[in-house]
Amino acid sequence: MPWEFDNSKPIYTQIEEEIKKKIISGALKGGEKMQSVRDLAKEAGVNPNTMQKSLIEIEKQGLIITERTSGRFVTSDSDKIQRLRDSFFEEKIKTLIFEFVELGCSKQDLYTLIEKHFDGVKKDDK
Amino acid sequence: MTNNYLLEFSNITKKYGSKVALDNVSFNLEPGKIIGLLGPNGSGKSTILKLVNGLLQPTEGEIKIIGNPPGIMSKSIISYLPERTYLNEWMKISDLINFFADFYIDFDINKANDMLIALKLDPNHKLKSLSKGNKEKVQLILVMSRKAKLYLLDEPIGGVDPATRDFILDTIISNYLSDSTLMISTHLISDIERIFDEVILINQGTIYKHDSVDNIRQQTGKSIDQLFREVFKC
Repeated sequence: MPWEFDNSKPIYTQIEEEIKKKIISGALKGGEKMQSVRDLAKEAGVNPNTMQKSLIEIEKQGLIITERTSGRFVTSDSDKIQRLRDSFFEEKIKTLIFEFVELGCSKQDLYTLIEKHFDGVKKDDK
Repeated sequence: MTNNYLLEFSNITKKYGSKVALDNVSFNLEPGKIIGLLGPNGSGKSTILKLVNGLLQPTEGEIKIIGNPPGIMSKSIISYLPERTYLNEWMKISDLINFFADFYIDFDINKANDMLIALKLDPNHKLKSLSKGNKEKVQLILVMSRKAKLYLLDEPIGGVDPATRDFILDTIISNYLSDSTLMISTHLISDIERIFDEVILINQGTIYKHDSVDNIRQQTGKSIDQLFREVFKC
């Protein structure tokens, strides 16, 4: 099953986000070897050139490292992964808060909502 | 050679009698790309593919494939899927595969047989006994089993169901070689745009846009399908 894409945005940035999410969730572990570009492209249902572009972007940010002979690996630098995690969640929560505040939701309302619903939201079956 | 282009299409005009099919069209293609050739009916897509393939001669302008005009050399490196079938209906799929293997030195029989199995086609069936969609699959298998430098696919997925469409796209992605270029004409844009590197949008014989798909998405905030619908609105 190909990954889901929004065709009105560049595909490579969406792949970049998707792979980062895999690193954050631990689906891709620190130090783990990545699949080849071709296999990843096939899994995602995209052109290998597009996949390559995304991987290079992530590599520039130091989250993936290419070993010349043995392929690509997720960084084993756990601080780096932690920072990715922090900035990713911050980004998302800021967007959410902004949207809620614009609609007149107070800080207290937001706390209450989180308190009420946090445990009810189950992790999606992977 | 002065450049790295696989295909150079320079100032091409093609007239059918007094009707102008292509009007001073120029573009270059690099190796290793998947290019969508998109345009409404009658915009000149098939004409472009036939010109590259040497089936038509330009009225004006010059075409070069790796530096040479279309001819024997270019035919040996181009794998072409025409819009209509030209295969003999009485032939069995296995006959067709042997026929192609005899004809093209770069034909990979193993690859063809693997794809037949994957698409659940029986090599003992005759072409005339197959449905439209299955005929299309056979043709695509034949064309994609060559190790060509340039694949020209004219409406390759028009007659197949969406599930098979996905499978065919996967087949294209995983089988094309990294230094080969694929040019696909289609109007089923939303199904296929995820595999393009670049698109050429053509209308009434002239190029409206030739750019990378991600550039277009970034600049317009639209999918290629949306853009097409707006630009070519009737």
